Amino acid sequence: MAKVLVVTSGKGGVGKTTSTAALGVALARDGQNVVVVDFDVGLRNLDLVMGAERRVVYDLINVIQGVVKLPQALIRDKRIPTLSLLAASQTRDKDALTEEGVARVIAGLREKFDWIICDSPAGIERGPTLAMRYADAAVVVTNPEVSSVRDSDRIIGLLDAKTEKAEKGERIDKHLLITRYEPARVARAEMLSIDDVLEILSIPLIGIIPESEDVLRASNLGAPVTLSNPMSAPARAYTDAARRLRGETIEMTVPIDKKGLFDKLFRRRAA
Amino acid sequence: MTFFGLGRRRSSAPVARERLRILLEYERATAGQRDVMLVLREEILAAIGRHVAIDPDKVIVKVDRGVTVSTLEIDIEVPNVEMRLAPA
Repeated sequence: MAKVLVVTSGKGGVGKTTSTAALGVALARDGQNVVVVDFDVGLRNLDLVMGAERRVVYDLINVIQGVVKLPQALIRDKRIPTLSLLAASQTRDKDALTEEGVARVIAGLREKFDWIICDSPAGIERGPTLAMRYADAAVVVTNPEVSSVRDSDRIIGLLDAKTEKAEKGERIDKHLLITRYEPARVARAEMLSIDDVLEILSIPLIGIIPESEDVLRASNLGAPVTLSNPMSAPARAYTDAARRLRGETIEMTVPIDKKGLFDKLFRRRAA
Repeated sequence: MTFFGLGRRRSSAPVARERLRILLEYERATAGQRDVMLVLREEILAAIGRHVAIDPDKVIVKVDRGVTVSTLEIDIEVPNVEMRLAPA
């Protein structure tokens, strides 16, 4: 049965789009049929992070307004055949998103895919509310930093109040994804630890993504990190998180990059 | 260079710069205007539609925007029975 997953955070810039793309690739590589949907109307970026920015013809708003049918707006990934993208509109304003329209699109996607991953815009207004509205589960992306944790707390409250599942009295699965984590700074007590964040937000942890230069590199290239460098620390962390989403039990670790002598010597020069 | 796995370490910033340049050039040029690709699509479909009935749901449009040229690919499913042109 199809699963609708919203990737949300409240705060901007914490890694929602990066995480949507990386998790989408990881699930699709496992043979799942995946669509990633950009809900950030007016400021789309998932297309860019996925490397499909030159191929967008139609978007979510076109489908909602009935200009085209859903299959015509889906952009199939050129590298992974089981992965598709539904872009956000760059030109319309966010009021073009309607609750009825989003419901129709999500219902259509449920018939075609195993996973529908909704990349939420930042904030707590119309866009983010509609991105989470029909979700079965949520990934709350949080940086170990005070403002991000506070905003995640707000979003968790919205997930429990404003989603269709919550209104029906059902439970929406909430998963915490901590990104930009720096073990060395945590050790020096310069950064909130995993336990600190978990204690405050008290939702189960789905993964810890270490701060890494590979993430910027991936967005530079338009190839999510799980695709561009699958053996890198962040990619392994995302892959484990994707497997946990599928119900597998995997020991929680913070992957680190193993640097050999050669790598250390030459990496600096090549960078 | 691919020695010692350095091939993948080639700097990615130039790729990012080039991708952004192409994208922003296009977006700035078309801001507030109708997308020429979509206008072309509509006019091509209208021209074909004068001769055969097209189901708009059986039309797949793909674009790939390049630096100097873009490609527009329109895949139209045309029912066989209507392929014969009406006598002039």
